[in-house]
Amino acid sequence: MKSTKSKKLTGKKIVTISVAYLIAWFFLYPYIHMFLTSVRTHEELYAYPTTHLPQVWQWRNYLDLWDNAPIANYLKSSLIISISATILVLLVSLPAAYFLARYRFRFRGVFLLLVLATQMFSPTALIIGIFREVDFFNLLDSYLALIILNAGFNLAFSIWLLAGFFSSIPAEIEEAALIDGCSRVQALRKITIPVALPGVVTAIIFTFVAAWNEFTIALTIVSSVDKKPLPVGLTQFIGQYDIAWEYLFASTIIAIIPVVVLFIAIEKYLVGGLTAGSVK
Amino acid sequence: MSSKLLVKSASTKRKSSVATHDVSVASALPWIGPALLLIILVVIWPVVELVRISFTDITIAGSLLDFHGFANYRELLANPDLYPVARRTLLWVFGIVFFTVILSLPLAQLINQNFPGRKYVRWALIFPWAASVVMTSMIWTWILDAYSGEFNLTLTQLGLIDEPVDWVNNPGSSFYVLMAVAVFVSIPFTTYVLLAGLQSIPNDIVEAASVDGASHWQTYRQIKFPLLRNALLIATIINLINVFNSFPIIWIMTRGGPGYETDTTTTFAYKLAFIESNMGQSTALGVFNFIVILLIVSLYLKLTKATRTEL
Repeated sequence: MKSTKSKKLTGKKIVTISVAYLIAWFFLYPYIHMFLTSVRTHEELYAYPTTHLPQVWQWRNYLDLWDNAPIANYLKSSLIISISATILVLLVSLPAAYFLARYRFRFRGVFLLLVLATQMFSPTALIIGIFREVDFFNLLDSYLALIILNAGFNLAFSIWLLAGFFSSIPAEIEEAALIDGCSRVQALRKITIPVALPGVVTAIIFTFVAAWNEFTIALTIVSSVDKKPLPVGLTQFIGQYDIAWEYLFASTIIAIIPVVVLFIAIEKYLVGGLTAGSVK
Repeated sequence: MSSKLLVKSASTKRKSSVATHDVSVASALPWIGPALLLIILVVIWPVVELVRISFTDITIAGSLLDFHGFANYRELLANPDLYPVARRTLLWVFGIVFFTVILSLPLAQLINQNFPGRKYVRWALIFPWAASVVMTSMIWTWILDAYSGEFNLTLTQLGLIDEPVDWVNNPGSSFYVLMAVAVFVSIPFTTYVLLAGLQSIPNDIVEAASVDGASHWQTYRQIKFPLLRNALLIATIINLINVFNSFPIIWIMTRGGPGYETDTTTTFAYKLAFIESNMGQSTALGVFNFIVILLIVSLYLKLTKATRTEL
């Protein structure tokens, strides 16, 4: 990337860099502030006037928060829901994406349209229908309902992305393997999936993060404390008279940092999966 | 995505395709069946249920389903709270999408340039995208808090305000604060889509223009911008849908309150159903919301030829 041209610092370049760093700071600022709040003492948080930086850095908040709210429960629920939804998405989208990339069949356009619908219709718009359906299956307040719904609404991303990867692999490579005596499934497992691995990893991370952050469905169908995932569980803090912002933000830091790292890892494929219903 | 295959009508398909790749629906089912089942469960069923209930007389707990005609729709239209909420929703959707796109265009241009640390600037932009919107709304609520927030602290130190302002709950600023947070969380995705569009513009076209003596602004206006059109279109439409459906920001920061002062049709429909137990009006509004999204999606399909183009 580094050319001699980019090493020379002209006045214009300095302006570009300054503006870029300023913008970067602006987008990071709330999360930096979140962190600084998470290490303050409770008294300091309600002191007036407040200060920009913590007067006492109370790192202990990160240990104490586990005793002050059912954070471990929320984390457990979030992990169960997100991991299961991710596995379900993979099980369902891998064969569908592969078939879409390799074969043509009747009603294929209709199927693609339905896949697009899962991406375009957010659960929020359909929430009453969803609530009634979950009630009909007697699955209110269950992990299973959350897993299925999270998987369903995030299916499109994986199908678009994986089908894109699969269709970039020449069918001849698989056919050669078939001639050499591999079964169709073996060919898929030994040749196609390894080549499409970056796509699979991206699909895994994207689904996991989306389910991790999901709010509306969980808010609506989960009622017991031990089943609430983090985003819903943490809203419990808000209604309280004396909000424990330090524990709240310590928890959100714990929830946010891993998913940001995961998203950075798949940065270059993100746009492809989110817009592939359309881009050519 | 690169592929020469096109989804064609059934008749032309049979003629043109290679025999081994053209298969019956029956043999497709084992591969796409599970996905189809999942889609039916999470989208089709709720849509049908939503529409069905909107024509019945029902309470949230009730299983009594008497056909009720358009009564729920009439009641909704007679509800005086609906109209300010609907007007506010227009401001919400168009205001947020406008500012998101206007700010993302130069930002994409900026992070497409080569400068030291560019990678980290792009990473910083990932934060609001990857982080839960619920949590981002919580931290903005705290930053903007009247007494304990850093925003007022800074304004006071700069001498811009004399006493604390409750930005989030003040009727004059409340809705604009919510909109600003929505712009904040929408910019990263939009910028990345536009960045992908910029990166797909061949470098030699841009260079040829500058050899021919075009200024930077001319190059942008006359060459890059037209080529960005597609990315811009996609980013705009996806944003329209996301912003219309947006729920957590309002729910966390104001609950749509006081009263319905900061509600959009999305949060209003939720409130009607789950706070006020008015399932009838809520489902009627839900159907209306669904139709709005359907219209935007059709526009998307028409303009981008989404499903006609093979992945």
